[in-house]
Amino acid sequence: MSDQIVFLLQLVITGVAVGAVYSLMALGFVLIYKASTVVNFGPGELVLFGAYVAWATILNMKLHLAVALPLTLVVAILLGLVIERGVLRPLIGEPIISVIMVTFGFASVVRGVLNMTWGSDTRPFPALFSSQPFHLGPVPVSPVHLWSFVTVMVLLAAFSLFFKYSLIGTAMRATADNQQVAQSLGVSVKGVFALSWCIATVVSALGGIILGSVRGGVDFSLADYGLKVFPVVILGGLDSVAGVIVSGVIIGVLENLSGGYLDPIFGGGVKEVAPFVVLVLILMIRPYGLFGRKDVERV
Amino acid sequence: MALLALENLHLSFGGVAALAGVSLEINAGDFFAIIGPNGAGKTSIFNCISGIYAPARGRIVFDGRDITRLKPHQRAELRIARTFQNIALFRGMSVLDNVKIGRHVHLRSGVLACGLYYGRAAREEQAHRAIVEREIIDLLELQDIRHKIVGTLPYGQQKRVELARALALDPVLLLLDEPTAGMNAEETEDMVRFILYVARVKRLTVVMIEHDMGVVMDISDRVAVLDFGKKIAEGAPAQVQQDANVIKAYLGEDVEVA
Repeated sequence: MSDQIVFLLQLVITGVAVGAVYSLMALGFVLIYKASTVVNFGPGELVLFGAYVAWATILNMKLHLAVALPLTLVVAILLGLVIERGVLRPLIGEPIISVIMVTFGFASVVRGVLNMTWGSDTRPFPALFSSQPFHLGPVPVSPVHLWSFVTVMVLLAAFSLFFKYSLIGTAMRATADNQQVAQSLGVSVKGVFALSWCIATVVSALGGIILGSVRGGVDFSLADYGLKVFPVVILGGLDSVAGVIVSGVIIGVLENLSGGYLDPIFGGGVKEVAPFVVLVLILMIRPYGLFGRKDVERV
Repeated sequence: MALLALENLHLSFGGVAALAGVSLEINAGDFFAIIGPNGAGKTSIFNCISGIYAPARGRIVFDGRDITRLKPHQRAELRIARTFQNIALFRGMSVLDNVKIGRHVHLRSGVLACGLYYGRAAREEQAHRAIVEREIIDLLELQDIRHKIVGTLPYGQQKRVELARALALDPVLLLLDEPTAGMNAEETEDMVRFILYVARVKRLTVVMIEHDMGVVMDISDRVAVLDFGKKIAEGAPAQVQQDANVIKAYLGEDVEVA
């Protein structure tokens, strides 16, 4: 096989692996939007938060992984509850723009607190998976990418089953459809909001941990990965869980390919911009996304 | 003592009084009908009972307990179930999923346990599913369509699914808002048969808003008549039928009562 094709496959594989993480993070975003029509403008900070807490528990407090990871997720759940109870619940009934702006404000606070607590230096992140590449045919694949992909797929499958089959998942879908009717059937709408924020903080934290482990370090640029949630949800449709799972991978591959082929021509930076070019194009030709409902508003 | 007592309910939208001091007492086991011309405040009463509207004045007492300030989902937990005038199903979901949500108030396992789906939580989910399949779906003859997406079903069947969803809550009090609205004679007859059957089998207390006078006269024990947010008559169907106020205000002077 020619080097050209190996190079292409490598880009695609890495893109799929990273894109799957985007899907995971976007899942949290979509859940919040579906349940409460709140657009979370701080997805990056949720990722940062998870990554930093994981770093602090594993490397700073030197806890065993089996303790540190669950602990990180518990802290993420607490963050979700704090956001929903403390910040958003008092704003119920306020204009949607106020609610959206407050997510932006809260994200800045999270970033500030992280900076105050642990500073802005790049922190080494433990490699959760071996970095010794193995060969898939002629294509070298790093286990970190493979395992992050597998982990994400298992998580996405689990969440999909939860939404589709469990009573609580069904109640969440019902709330997204019609809050008043869901309430008349005994579903606590505030409870569903809280749950969707908690799921969002948890999947973002997981995303942060996986990305931290893939990159081998944590710093504030991790938040940029969280921002990729926007092109993913615009492509997939703001209200479609299946849509964001597919479009996360598409965005991941696309950005990697444009990075691999166009960066040398334009002298770099295309990789970072490409997803947002897609965002703009999609908004122009298909504003409700690939899988979204047509009546979704542009946000 | 009455199972449900509405005491002097007042509700207004802007300057329009939707309810101007309505009092009702509904006894356990009653089949109670509320009738009245459009805009008389019938659905407003339901919205007050299920907590969607908060009355400006007055009290709602259910089973000896003041529920006026309870949230809608807390009232559902007291097993007050309702259907809606314009079908309010979750259109993108299957019949089974729609009905299953009715079991939500009975779910005891926590979110985390349900999410991880192990042990007790898994068994509980399966038990709820079994109840829905065995009791509700069979009772309302929805077996054939239980995996269909609700939005694709004909109107009459959707109405029946909505009734099924309310029943899945295992209600003590069932509020039916125009259960036969927009149905043809045959569908109406089916629906009435189902309602009567489940009310008897499950020993429900039913409050029904209905326009079809034939249905009201046939199946209700007591009837209250509303007009402009006020109760103008109450009694047995035959009695209400003869009431001069009712004939004048609601049925019109010359209408022959069915």
